[in-house]
Amino acid sequence: MAHKLLPAGALLTAALPLIGHSAELDISITNLTHGNHFTPVLIAAHGADVHLFQSGEMATAALQKMAEGGAIDELVTQVEGAGGATVQNPAAGLMAAGSSVSGVLMNSGSQTHLSLVAMVLPTNDAFIGLDAWPIPTEAGTYTLYLNAYDAGTEANDEIINGAGAPGQPGIPAAPGGNGGSNGNGTGVADGSGNDKVHIHPGVLGDTDPNGGTSDLDSRIHRWLNPVARVVVTVK
Amino acid sequence: MNTLPMKTSLLALALLGLGACSDSDNMAPIEPPPPPQVAMQSFEVTVTNLTANQPMSPLALISHDDNVKLWQIGESASVALEQVAEAGNSSGFDSLSGVNAVVRGAGMLPPGMSETLMLTLEEDKVDALSLLTMLVNTNDGFSGINAMDIDSMEKGSAKTLTLMAYDAGTEANSEAKGSIPGPADGGEGFNAARDDVNRVHVHPGVISQDDGLTGSVLNASHRFDNPVLKVTVRRTE
Repeated sequence: MAHKLLPAGALLTAALPLIGHSAELDISITNLTHGNHFTPVLIAAHGADVHLFQSGEMATAALQKMAEGGAIDELVTQVEGAGGATVQNPAAGLMAAGSSVSGVLMNSGSQTHLSLVAMVLPTNDAFIGLDAWPIPTEAGTYTLYLNAYDAGTEANDEIINGAGAPGQPGIPAAPGGNGGSNGNGTGVADGSGNDKVHIHPGVLGDTDPNGGTSDLDSRIHRWLNPVARVVVTVK
Repeated sequence: MNTLPMKTSLLALALLGLGACSDSDNMAPIEPPPPPQVAMQSFEVTVTNLTANQPMSPLALISHDDNVKLWQIGESASVALEQVAEAGNSSGFDSLSGVNAVVRGAGMLPPGMSETLMLTLEEDKVDALSLLTMLVNTNDGFSGINAMDIDSMEKGSAKTLTLMAYDAGTEANSEAKGSIPGPADGGEGFNAARDDVNRVHVHPGVISQDDGLTGSVLNASHRFDNPVLKVTVRRTE
């Protein structure tokens, strides 16, 4: 919107990166939730026509694999196959609630857009998502708040049973060790018919780790958006 | 603005000098220049409570140096912030180093209502602006602005923000009787004990008795989602 206010000369300057811009990015990520973990994060720089996901569209098989089990390998293959650049697992493992990783350096090369995903645990198929954010051509520090999305690929039964492979019902793990175990809950009936990527409705949980409907704890595992903060410094 | 009186006095000296050439006996005594007038800037801040049933504690609008942060996500809350988040008491920021003005709302800001606060500062004090208020039907939920840059705002310009609710992380969200100071309970405000994660984070929302939290004094109407406040900051002078 602000570009409309720029004089013609500024538009010319903004167009220059299209013919050979290279941006050095310094990225930090913070988990804003009360009690959820993020699986290894994927950061991708790519062209305008590449998306790891799009809300309102069906998840790709590669996205489903990430959202249900945290595996980013197929998304990496897709991005790099399209000539994009990636940073994989910058926090060297899970990101606990409240934790940050900073100083993540990335050369976006000739790529114009930035995306970021990671699975939220413990959930069936929730992920944090940034979809094709146009990398600013003006040096500066930009703060982005990310929502939690539902991949729309798995019913949110809230049963922790170790299942992380695509198509398997259930939740791989509660890394904080604060969920019910081995499916003690009877399971939440997920009546959602939305099989497209959408804003996650949040988890229900209950307060009984040894029973109830859910293996999640409503006092620990609920969230409201945003769930992650990403600060990108364009040098 | 400060250069204007100086130029005037230089001009006066020059005129006096000319006068001295023609008649040095009648030279008037030199008047001391008037003290330079301090330029002021004024800001009008309008806050709207967007929640269903979470009154906000009296707003605290805080002007401060931009190296002051009233909270940091992922870090433990200061006692001053804990007082806001648990009891709606913002007085702990009055004496904080780097704070140069605090303007408070007239009282609780009920759901659906708006309040406009006025802040006038000497120009060289204009730097960062923060806002704090408690969602009073929570254990330790608060909202606000954290060090917004107002130094670069042009006269007549305005910025509108929507704000999320934070959890101070200083008191467990038990929602239990006697633990919430707002009208849903009338319970305890500040308690120095810290029995939660002890880091500021985005509030996960309240559960309520209607959604299965046994012993909660809250009902479905006390649930909220982000954003919880709408704020417009306008520089008027």
